[in-house]
Amino acid sequence: MDPRTDSAIGAARPTTKIEVRDIQKVYRVKRENGGGYGEFIVLKDVNLDVYAGEFLTLVGPSGCGKSTMLDLLAGLIPNSGGEIRIDGRTITGPAMDRGFVMQAYALFPWLTVQSNVEFGLTIKKVPKAKRKAISAHYLEMVGLTQFANRYPHELSGGMKQRVAIARALAFDPEVLLMDEPFAALDAQTRETLQDELLELWEKTGKTIVFVTHSIDEAVYLADRIAVMGTNPGRISEIVNIKLSRPRKGSRGSAEFGWIRHKIWQYLQPEEAAKEDFPPIGATDVAAVIDSQAAL
Amino acid sequence: MTTEARVSIFPRSLEADKPKSGLKLKWLKWIGQGLSGLFLKFAIIFIIIALWEIFPRFGFIDPFLLPPFSEVFYNTMVLFKTGEFFKHFNISIIRISCGFFGGLCVAIPLGIFMGWFKTFEQYVNPLVEACRNSSVLTLYPIFILLFGIGERAKISIIMWGTVWVVLLNTISGVKNVDPSLIKSARSMGMKDLSLLARVILPAATPSIITGVRLGAANSILILIAAEMIGSNAGLGFMIFYYEARYAIAEMYGGVVFLAVMGVAVNALLFRLERRLTSWHEKSIYFGT
Repeated sequence: MDPRTDSAIGAARPTTKIEVRDIQKVYRVKRENGGGYGEFIVLKDVNLDVYAGEFLTLVGPSGCGKSTMLDLLAGLIPNSGGEIRIDGRTITGPAMDRGFVMQAYALFPWLTVQSNVEFGLTIKKVPKAKRKAISAHYLEMVGLTQFANRYPHELSGGMKQRVAIARALAFDPEVLLMDEPFAALDAQTRETLQDELLELWEKTGKTIVFVTHSIDEAVYLADRIAVMGTNPGRISEIVNIKLSRPRKGSRGSAEFGWIRHKIWQYLQPEEAAKEDFPPIGATDVAAVIDSQAAL
Repeated sequence: MTTEARVSIFPRSLEADKPKSGLKLKWLKWIGQGLSGLFLKFAIIFIIIALWEIFPRFGFIDPFLLPPFSEVFYNTMVLFKTGEFFKHFNISIIRISCGFFGGLCVAIPLGIFMGWFKTFEQYVNPLVEACRNSSVLTLYPIFILLFGIGERAKISIIMWGTVWVVLLNTISGVKNVDPSLIKSARSMGMKDLSLLARVILPAATPSIITGVRLGAANSILILIAAEMIGSNAGLGFMIFYYEARYAIAEMYGGVVFLAVMGVAVNALLFRLERRLTSWHEKSIYFGT
């Protein structure tokens, strides 16, 4: 076991924000031949603790139920067993203690940027003047003050996602749930937004659960990575990422590459990982990286 | 620096960001552009009116079948003056308003309901399709049979012609709301009723308005047809009446007026559409 990845949480044990206990999600599906219904197990016995203020990413192959897991955390779909507690209270549905950010931005196209950011506040019935102050604050935070009166179709993808993040932050949830938020963006914009998100996270101290299929993104952002497996969907590994922050420019480092490879290995089907990809020792990797750097 | 960045992303904001000197010149330029645009738009109509004047005058067309435009115009003005025209116009307006707005009042709420409760819509859909695709005027005899030859039959057939197209557009608008918008609103704890009012309805507005425009065009068509069959007043009746009395110029006057009215109604509804859906990126403006 490498001390950088697999060690237990340190002495100062953080408080648990979200407890996921024995969560199951089963869909009823029509059987192909003959009548009746079969069961499709999306998630089986998922247990997970998310600590207050931490940045946790969920990675996994497609179909492992990572988005389903996030929908369950948001309370958007009912579970088939187990329970999810936030601050010790079992969740029963969506609520404003959690903010949700999606890949598709999901901005309301008939509202201006400012009104979009204020949307959650109107649900909370915050008075107008206060709403305006709050939206101005968060728009400034994401650098879109100038665009307050624009409509979403006038914005680029990166800007739309900034608005969506501001909207989710505006009603001041404690937990931010993000479902592949940067997957539709080009590589450069994505990296910019990753840095901006980390900055926001440090400023606001939110607990973030972030779903992605990009290992690179997961490693770059996370305190911990929950690696998920398929069939049935489950959490197969939890990895602590102890890369020092800020991580800007750390993508090229040996440690980063090593962790990325390790996570990649976890994501391989078990048999394949054993046969085709023998575990590489840290020194070997370092040697490879050295030789490449010399080029 | 920031202004430049904005301009390069949004060429449309160029005008707004320019300094305000030379504003007068710009106005003049706009008026000039507007006039020439107007001329281009209506050039074809001017040409047709000119031909309409010339052909009967020089005997290329029998002036009895097509009186020169000036004569049509003059005789129509006489109709306006004597108030004969407005007698028919008022009756038609009352019929079409009752039928059209009545149709909207039924179709839009019902469409929202059906779009929301998808299983209900599944059961009713074949019926709606059958009703929409049956030619409205073939049903007119049945309407006369049921409601008599008076106003009720006319108003109800106009309603019928409006309801289905508006209903179908409303249903599809509500059904096809981007699910991520609903998910997003729900994630903020929004409940059904406010979700309907604040997310579904605005998102469905473009589709509903399209239905309303189609319904309006339908209702004018049906109004005129219904007035031509079994009626003793209204614009449709008026046109038939003058034709039967060989008052051909007046007949043409009625026809032209209806064409202008159709264009005006469509332009009005387009303005409404643009107003309500200004956020929509595909809102391109046709017409005047």
